[in-house]
Amino acid sequence: MTKLNTFEQAVETYEPVLGLETHIELDTRTKMFCGCATAFGAEPNTQVCPVCLALPGALPVANRAAVEATIKIGLALNCRIAEWTRFARKNYFYPDMPKNFQTSQYEEPLCEEGFVEVVVEGETYRVEIERVHLEEDTGKTLHVGGATGRIHGATESLVDYNRAGIPLVEIVTKPVPGTGALAPEVARAYTAELRDIVRSLGVSDVRMEQGSLRCDVNLSLNRPGEEWGTRTETKNVNSLRSVERAVRYEVRRQSALLDSGERIFQETRHFHEATGETSPGRSKEEATDYRYFPEPDLAVMEPSREWVEELRASLPELPRKRRERLQAAWALGDKEMQSVVNADAVDLIEATIAAGAGAAGAVKWWLGELSRHANETGDELAALAVTPAQVAELQGMVDDGRLNDKLARQVIDGVLAGEGSPAEVAAARGLEVVSDTGALETAVDEAIAANPAVADKIRGGTHAAAGVLIGAVMKATKGQADAATVRQIILDKLS
Amino acid sequence: MSTISREEVAHLARLARLEVTDDELDAFAGQLDVILESMKTLADVDTDGVQPTSHAVPLVNVFREDQPQPSLPRDAVLAGGPDTAEDRFRVPRILDEEA
Repeated sequence: MTKLNTFEQAVETYEPVLGLETHIELDTRTKMFCGCATAFGAEPNTQVCPVCLALPGALPVANRAAVEATIKIGLALNCRIAEWTRFARKNYFYPDMPKNFQTSQYEEPLCEEGFVEVVVEGETYRVEIERVHLEEDTGKTLHVGGATGRIHGATESLVDYNRAGIPLVEIVTKPVPGTGALAPEVARAYTAELRDIVRSLGVSDVRMEQGSLRCDVNLSLNRPGEEWGTRTETKNVNSLRSVERAVRYEVRRQSALLDSGERIFQETRHFHEATGETSPGRSKEEATDYRYFPEPDLAVMEPSREWVEELRASLPELPRKRRERLQAAWALGDKEMQSVVNADAVDLIEATIAAGAGAAGAVKWWLGELSRHANETGDELAALAVTPAQVAELQGMVDDGRLNDKLARQVIDGVLAGEGSPAEVAAARGLEVVSDTGALETAVDEAIAANPAVADKIRGGTHAAAGVLIGAVMKATKGQADAATVRQIILDKLS
Repeated sequence: MSTISREEVAHLARLARLEVTDDELDAFAGQLDVILESMKTLADVDTDGVQPTSHAVPLVNVFREDQPQPSLPRDAVLAGGPDTAEDRFRVPRILDEEA
């Protein structure tokens, strides 16, 4: 096992070059080349037919909706749409495809030469898109007999072809140099932006955890001024956080190897969610000889310029525009809005506001307490056990004066711990601002009696000294008083 | 001497998952040579002014609407495989890659 460098050491010596390949499953009603349904979670092998099983004589026909969706993705990524494009067979023997080839595209992809811009720490990075092509997804294999359900140690595999043939769009970037120590964040930001763009188009649900958006992360290192190094390709990267971690790990691993004079092998590696590490995948021996050739069973496509322009005109508001609109509506500065985007909180905040919260409160919760909590547990914000509606409810309780900030934080802890809605947690834990002024006045009187010197100062006009008394009252009421109210009572009594 | 080497035949056989004996390697190398030579006669044809085609049928943009059609009954699907378990096709263990 190689000893790793720290990330900081690594990026002092080496410059990372990123490359990202993303697969997106389209949510068409039917498969790419046949009329089989595409419902997620159907019983095994119930959505297969002679075409996706490649039975003799079966003829594929391309799904128009999938081609349109791919063109839309290409347009949204600023790509050139091919005037002439065709499918190709990618030949390989692996039981995840019953055909022994995957219908894909080779030298003539549907879309080429686009770009995506992402902003990380105030800096704009332009990620060039090399190609966007259309292919079909593979079946799902279940490895049995091994101790862990993983492939190693498995004695046999069970195959379900429901997914085989579902339209899959592959988006490949050009190499991205110049990101330096921010390579992990740029990789993440690109993936998030791509996901948001595709989601806005309504052509895929782009859910990483369900595998409808899957990422391969390419990475190489070179010393400044030297040629780019040999890259590795890390697969299995299935969350935004994993994209970041995979880049970080490969930078650390490769730099340690290079430091000790070893060379990097061009290889496929697998990312392990549990440890954040990568390990070597299949051997490269013959892996690249796919013997592509034009698919003889499918007609060539010549997307007319009229069709392309029609699709361009149908594009919805893209994420960049939407963010500009929301930033203005929420009255946020550039930096704050960038934090919202980086925390992947745009949708959550929008939903919280839709559920009745003010913009400032919604932003404060998601960027503050909830982000802290997510960082601690290593979760994405969206994965936290709190809904935007609950955050709105909580903020409503603060606005009504039923909770102060401190109590509200305790309530959110309870919600996150699964104790129920904010109102339920507040009731069960007895968390509510003491609004009984009689009780507060008593507490203030006691605080004054206990701190005569402070009381004199306030009488003398030093209002700032009230903080000591407010603190004492808060302590006496276990934090369940509204500080502003307490302050007012103190000043009333001592002036 | 064949222009196709034994090694190339062995490589192709491996890619196509064909088991080929040593004797067959030589025999196929020779036969593949003949096939390639025969194909080369096509290069003698005058193709000036002939548009390259990619497909035997002069059709473009043949699409299907996104309307679900019935799939096969599962029994019929699984009947095509040599072995099944848990409503899936059972295949020998796969060693080289995670699916």
